[in-house]
Amino acid sequence: MPTTAHTLTDVAASDSTLRRFLHGLPGVDAVGLEARAASLGTRSIKTTAKAYAIDLAISMVDLTTLEGADTPGKVRALGAKAVHPDPTDRTAPATAAVCVYPDMVAAAKQAVAGSTVKVASVATAFPAGRAPLSVKLADVREAVAAGADEIDMVIDRGAFLAGRYMKVYDEIVAVKEACGTSARLKVIFETGELSTYDNIRRASWLGMLAGADFIKTSTGKVAVNATPANTLLMLEAVRDFRAQTGVQVGVKPAGGIRTSKDAIKFLVLVNETVGADWLDNHWFRFGASSLLNDLLMQRQKLATGRYSGPDYVTVD
Amino acid sequence: MTFEYAPAPESRAIVDIAPSYGLFIDGEFVEAADGKVFKTVSPATEEVLSEVAQAGEADVDRAVRAARKAFEKWSALPGAERAKYLFRIARIIQERSRELAVLETLDNGKPIRETRDADLPLVAAHFFYYAGWADKLDHAGFGPSPKPLGVAGQVIPWNFPLLMLAWKIAPALATGNTVVLKPAETTPLSALFFADICRQAGLPKGVVNILPGYGDAGAAVVSHPDVNKVAFTGSTAVGKQIARTVAGTRKKLTLELGGKGANIVFDDAPIDQAVEGIVNGIFFNQGQVCCAGSRLLVQESIEEELLQALKRRLSTLRLGDPLDKNTDIGAINSAEQLARITALADQGEAEGAERWSPACELPSSGYWFAPTLFTNVTQAHTVARDEIFGPVLSVLTFRTPDEAVAKANNTPYGLSAGIWTEKGSRILAVAGKLRAGVVWSNTFNKFDPTSPFGGYKESGFGREGGRHGLEAYLDV
Repeated sequence: MPTTAHTLTDVAASDSTLRRFLHGLPGVDAVGLEARAASLGTRSIKTTAKAYAIDLAISMVDLTTLEGADTPGKVRALGAKAVHPDPTDRTAPATAAVCVYPDMVAAAKQAVAGSTVKVASVATAFPAGRAPLSVKLADVREAVAAGADEIDMVIDRGAFLAGRYMKVYDEIVAVKEACGTSARLKVIFETGELSTYDNIRRASWLGMLAGADFIKTSTGKVAVNATPANTLLMLEAVRDFRAQTGVQVGVKPAGGIRTSKDAIKFLVLVNETVGADWLDNHWFRFGASSLLNDLLMQRQKLATGRYSGPDYVTVD
Repeated sequence: MTFEYAPAPESRAIVDIAPSYGLFIDGEFVEAADGKVFKTVSPATEEVLSEVAQAGEADVDRAVRAARKAFEKWSALPGAERAKYLFRIARIIQERSRELAVLETLDNGKPIRETRDADLPLVAAHFFYYAGWADKLDHAGFGPSPKPLGVAGQVIPWNFPLLMLAWKIAPALATGNTVVLKPAETTPLSALFFADICRQAGLPKGVVNILPGYGDAGAAVVSHPDVNKVAFTGSTAVGKQIARTVAGTRKKLTLELGGKGANIVFDDAPIDQAVEGIVNGIFFNQGQVCCAGSRLLVQESIEEELLQALKRRLSTLRLGDPLDKNTDIGAINSAEQLARITALADQGEAEGAERWSPACELPSSGYWFAPTLFTNVTQAHTVARDEIFGPVLSVLTFRTPDEAVAKANNTPYGLSAGIWTEKGSRILAVAGKLRAGVVWSNTFNKFDPTSPFGGYKESGFGREGGRHGLEAYLDV
């Protein structure tokens, strides 16, 4: 790393120190990064390891509904599923959280009451983030007041791409403050819009320096969301950040992860890049809604030896 | 609880290894003239896989005669006709690739993920590539209608048995030569399966002859008066002997010998990818690679950080059963090779270099050597000069690009080198100064049939692969 823990405190002293730091991070060779992610994708996970991985993945899912048409009824159904994902098999673990828009936090909170399931809310004018900071902060405060345990914020990609890193930094700091002590903050970069791996590494460090509890790939609302390569890159960033500051930050790939096979590939990335310290739902999450049903069907298959079918898992 | 991968072994059932094999001469499997046989074992378990006929001088003579006879017809075929056979061989290799991958892993000890994902695709690609050249030799830049040389005597090593066979046989056949090939004594099986593929492809008798055997058989191939071209891949010591034997004859010679490749990491390198490249450079095929990046030259300012990252990465390497799809590091090819690696590593320690290996359990049977790093190494250490041909990396440092180049070139060898930097101009500037046949930038150990491969100095001469690879088999 280009600096030491001692000087990290001064990194955000000004726009220019911040830029110098972020641009001094080691570069990313795209071909090499993708090759490494692909090679880890060839790990063959069988039998007991697969059963373990499927349960682990289920426990890491942020079960999400982010539609304009969301109703309290829909959120209640989602909450029930998060608590007991498989009605036919109560040994299936609960998911990590349900993730909803801020106005649905109260309903979600009620739906998961008494369980381990957290309520996450996408505040800060999700998914575009194109609103004044005051609006974003109000959004966050409302969600936290309604009981949200976690806030998923989007960064201002426009400011980031324009090189105005300090603006992005200040916004994250402000949102983190609005989260108070009760809510953990996930910072969404929308990696598909950042477009280069160098940018993704810089965004990761920027987010962590500003106090993110989690860094998250994407909103799930654009063409390119989580990929093995960008997730591997973010895992390397949290690993290096902890080595330098002692602070552990979580990672959440979101969008586009639909099958158990894919999810297991991500778990292999975690296992072989940052290891056991990140292999639980306090430090790693999947932002995915259709993934859960495939995990449940695979779980049933392991238990019974047969594939069931979409009618043997619930639609929401 | 941690994420432990359950065993994921590839099935052995796909490959049917016969209890014994003959020599492949003139399209038939035959016994050795003196009836000698030897055993080939799996380096991972020491299990005897098969008993193989051992070629002697008389067998070599028989094979060369068969190849000479076949040469007349084979060389007279239109290039497009020869191409048909080569394309057919390439397709059969693809169809049988899983079988061949398992076989190669059993006989050689390298992990199935390497035979499956690297060796076999490259083997097929070489035959496809040279099949494409067979009818275009007039346009290859060697003048109008260049002629084949005749009988090619080829001796190949045990580290990439089938791939080295492909590198040798594909260009030889494409250019109209016939072949007598001696595979290494520890890894004869895939060459014998290839003999079967030649029959399956309907290749005319005598065009390809395979003679498993020891060094004496190789020497007989090299010194046979009716061999027109000698191609050898192996150790520098044997290469020198061959050069002496061939000197003064009219035989054409190419040698692919040892190496002590420098992998140069500048302070602006993409660190995470450089670590992967270093790992791939020296631990691919347990480091038993002539172009391995066995000398890491790291800029002093990032030495500590890079070493830390490298050690962390080595701790995740998975060593064990080569047939397990999750194995990264397999077995050393033979007890003899293991002894050589062990002796050189011990010498490194005795000379004062600092030795480090990740905590890893070695299987109780078979030939194994843990991935090993040497730090505090200088140019004067044996581990920085001698080719170890095993999973042993020597780490040296430099301060300026000039020093990096000087150290990289300060070796009797010159086969490969690597440069890691985000600065494009530096890649070009440094690559131009390195005396190595292949220079990789921001990657390592990448092979492609279209790109020539070969060495400087004691790493040999001549090029294999690409258009340049044709020249070695043509009268130009």
